[in-house]
Amino acid sequence: MSDTQALLRTNDADANTLLSVRGLTKVYQTGAVKVHALRGIDLTIKRGELIVMLGASGSGKSTLLNIIGGLDTPTTGTVTFMGEDITGLRPSGLTQFRRAHVGFIFQFYNLVPSLTARENVALVTEISKNPIAPEEALRMVGLGERIHHFPAQLSGGEQQRVAVARAIAKRPNLLLCDEPTGALDSRTGVQVLEALKTVNEELGATTLIITHNVGIAEMSDRVIRLSDGMISEEQAMNRRRKPSELSW
Amino acid sequence: MVALLSALDRKLLRDLWRLRGQGLAVGIIIACGVGIMIMALGSLASLKESRSTYYDRYRFAEVFADVKRAPDRMLADLREIPGVKSAETRITRIVTLDIERLSEPANAQLVSLPDEGRPLLNDLIVYEGRWPNLSRSEEAIISRAFAEAHDYHPGDTVRAVLNGRARDIEIVGIGDSPEYVWTLGIGSLLPDDKRFGVFWMRRQALERAFDLDGAFNNVTVSLLPNAIEQDVIDEMDRLLAPYGAIGAYGRDTQFSNAFVESEMGQLVAMARIIPPVFLIVSAFLIHAILSRLIAVERQQIGLLKAFGFTNTEVASHYIKMAIVLSLFGVIGGLLIGRQLARLTTYIYSDTMRFPEIVQVIDSTAYASGTSAAIFAAVLGAMSAALKAARLKPAEAMNPAPPTVYKRGGLLPGWLLDRLDEPTRMILRHSTRWPARALMTVFGIAAAMALLVGTLFAFDSTDEMIDTIYYRTDVFDAAVTFAEVKGYDAVTELKRLPGVLDVEPNRGVYVRFRNGVHTERGSITAIKAGSEAKRLLDADGQMLGVAEAGLTLSTQLAEMLAVDVGDRLIVEVLEGNRPTLELSVTALADEYIGYSAYMDLDTLGRLLGETRVVSGAYLMLDPDRAAAFSDAVLDRPQVASVALRSSVIDTFNETLEDTITIMMTIYSLIGGAIAAGVVYNAARISLTERGRELASLRVLGFTRGEAAYILLGEQALLVLFAIPIGAILGAGFAHLIVLGMSTDLYRVPYALSPSTRGFSALVVLLASLGAAVLVAQRIRNLDLIEVLKTRE
Repeated sequence: MSDTQALLRTNDADANTLLSVRGLTKVYQTGAVKVHALRGIDLTIKRGELIVMLGASGSGKSTLLNIIGGLDTPTTGTVTFMGEDITGLRPSGLTQFRRAHVGFIFQFYNLVPSLTARENVALVTEISKNPIAPEEALRMVGLGERIHHFPAQLSGGEQQRVAVARAIAKRPNLLLCDEPTGALDSRTGVQVLEALKTVNEELGATTLIITHNVGIAEMSDRVIRLSDGMISEEQAMNRRRKPSELSW
Repeated sequence: MVALLSALDRKLLRDLWRLRGQGLAVGIIIACGVGIMIMALGSLASLKESRSTYYDRYRFAEVFADVKRAPDRMLADLREIPGVKSAETRITRIVTLDIERLSEPANAQLVSLPDEGRPLLNDLIVYEGRWPNLSRSEEAIISRAFAEAHDYHPGDTVRAVLNGRARDIEIVGIGDSPEYVWTLGIGSLLPDDKRFGVFWMRRQALERAFDLDGAFNNVTVSLLPNAIEQDVIDEMDRLLAPYGAIGAYGRDTQFSNAFVESEMGQLVAMARIIPPVFLIVSAFLIHAILSRLIAVERQQIGLLKAFGFTNTEVASHYIKMAIVLSLFGVIGGLLIGRQLARLTTYIYSDTMRFPEIVQVIDSTAYASGTSAAIFAAVLGAMSAALKAARLKPAEAMNPAPPTVYKRGGLLPGWLLDRLDEPTRMILRHSTRWPARALMTVFGIAAAMALLVGTLFAFDSTDEMIDTIYYRTDVFDAAVTFAEVKGYDAVTELKRLPGVLDVEPNRGVYVRFRNGVHTERGSITAIKAGSEAKRLLDADGQMLGVAEAGLTLSTQLAEMLAVDVGDRLIVEVLEGNRPTLELSVTALADEYIGYSAYMDLDTLGRLLGETRVVSGAYLMLDPDRAAAFSDAVLDRPQVASVALRSSVIDTFNETLEDTITIMMTIYSLIGGAIAAGVVYNAARISLTERGRELASLRVLGFTRGEAAYILLGEQALLVLFAIPIGAILGAGFAHLIVLGMSTDLYRVPYALSPSTRGFSALVVLLASLGAAVLVAQRIRNLDLIEVLKTRE
């Protein structure tokens, strides 16, 4: 994958482009007030990239993630995923898009309490075309031992790693993580980031992490800063650091 | 300024508004329960009031007696009986009518009016026309139902056969009397207004027609306020015994009154049995709603307590909520019930001929409906409210600990291992709270049970028709003679066109005695190997009459507290009035009345008669039935003729009229319960699992897949509940059979697979409807919110 990462300048048609965002805006109407959450975003994400997106609350990073992930639709602009414009898709088309291509990791894990770790992963592999075995996915995130535990019997870090395994077991092209360490202390946070790094490298899943946490940026290929609904800064990282070297 | 509503009350109202969907479901169920209660008790009150107004205003007699022929001078003696207020003698007869438009014979009950003025007792309300003139002997007032059925008006004539002579009776008036509020067709189980009417004529005309000059064959009596009815009856029997008295009787066994009474008994049974089911289900639903609400409002409860609200205040807040919720249902129920009561009363007025229906607002019914519903609501709210009261503030302000699931548990591992994850979620979730799942199962089962337990009535009726008209009374026609006849009367019948076979019978009025148990009744004597009138035991096996001894209907045996092998004193009330001691040789299972049977020859021997009959069962050639009908009317000895085919037709017509209406009403009611229960359970499940389902939707689960996880549990519980409901329904049907059975008739228990199937279909469709409503909400799940928020 490092080969593809080496190809830096590409255009939309490039086979190495996973996703491109053009002129994206999002306006929410709340009562009489219009909120401009996104004010024209252009962004190209290549296959296998690990991107960290930073920004304060209200900067628009979650809105961008929701639109890229097919949970929300933009007011104007396009999102092209593997050559296909997903902004015109109907709800059922977006469901199929998420189902086939996107893995989500939530801040609060959102595991199904009535299913064990293995079963939570199997929940997704059962509806995927070419999944990784749930046991294998759990092994990748370092949870080979506790696969028969229910969420209530796992620590927060463990639960989040189950969520990572669940997200990657279907071999998603795009892994979207919304504050994946937000609810964790730094030690368990590192374990989760290790898991994310592993799957990014082993599976080549393009990974987009949004966070408040500047420290995480150093494990990425590229850091994007959002403020006030626009990209205010983009920075390619020369050297990806290991999560264990990070601190916050 | 004092606020009209406290802040807590505002919260209550807003919570209720938020829960309006579920509240509506509970409200409908409460409204059904209260409505049915009001309907039953309200129409009961109206019928009672209508009846007593009618009875009082038109002086319905209290004791009745039939004799063969008693001299008029006996009237003075009867009036002297202590306790008797007034007495009136009459001539009554059943005769056949020859109505051109009817292919089969009809019958009329003739009742004499005093030669002048109006009757002392059992007065007539004349709706149309005038009273008969004494000088014109062939004038009559006819009963309204009969007149309506044939569109007769004053001025029309009807041909009747009086003592063998055909007469054209002129209708001069249309009227009714409290004595005939309820009439049955001859040989029928239902009113048959086309083939049975009451004709009131002047006494003189009937005296002449029936050779009863200076005599009477019927007397009715009213009582003084403190009179003891039984004493009067005994004295009347003593006085009239020489004149062929067959036993005086009170209103309790007066035919019309007894039927009205038993219909009212059914209303009471309905009010007692059906509404509690609704109220129990509503209590369960309120319990479920409030338990969930308290789980959702856990932190608010903690906050309230931190502010200083007492445990009692918190608990009563939730109880108040249940009461307010139930009040909506109660108000709906009162309104629906009032309308239903009116409707029912009018439906009853079709078979119960009251001159006017007095609509009564029965405040007791309203009060009991309201308090029962509120009681159920409070009961349902109790455990949830106590839970809220027991929450410790500090603990409550933290989120509830996550639900702990265990592997295995109620479900076997081999089963779980074979399932996909969504199905596993369904199973784990439904077995995680078994009590709650059981309540849902109970609620749906109650809907099923209610359907089975009401719709079985059609099977029961089928069973009754099948047993009576196809297995026991298989004769094509039953003829009764005006008085006992020799065998030549039978031979004469045999010669009529279309008659294939004739079996004579002999009915004799008797009084049965077994120690303290006494019953007035009759013995029907039939041929030993009778093909026309068959007796069946409890297992449906043919019994036949024994050479000696009595076969009693189980009903009569119960009333007399005798069993097979016991001996019974039988006082014959005809002829020489011998007292016999007979043994009970068998019990026959019968649905209508309380009969006793014995061998025709044996009875003749015991009475010292030879070859005497009072009626006959006939087998007819179906192609020549019309010729038979024409011919039989001219026979002088024939008092009444009942054709089996027309009786069955009437039955089917009456049933067809009601079956669709009743099926619709019961299906709506049963469906409302099932839909209410499923809707509530699914909504509660949705609030509990909304976040989980939204997460799955984010992960790429389609709406259908999410709906499967949400509603699969309800589907599973519905499937589980249906067979349980079918079993409960059978029990329910047994209860209703018990509640509705009277001395007069027994409702058979019968339940067909198609009734179970139909009930299950209604439950399934109602559940599906509710499920679709909830499934719509999956569309509205906020997928973005779940990414951000902790539960």
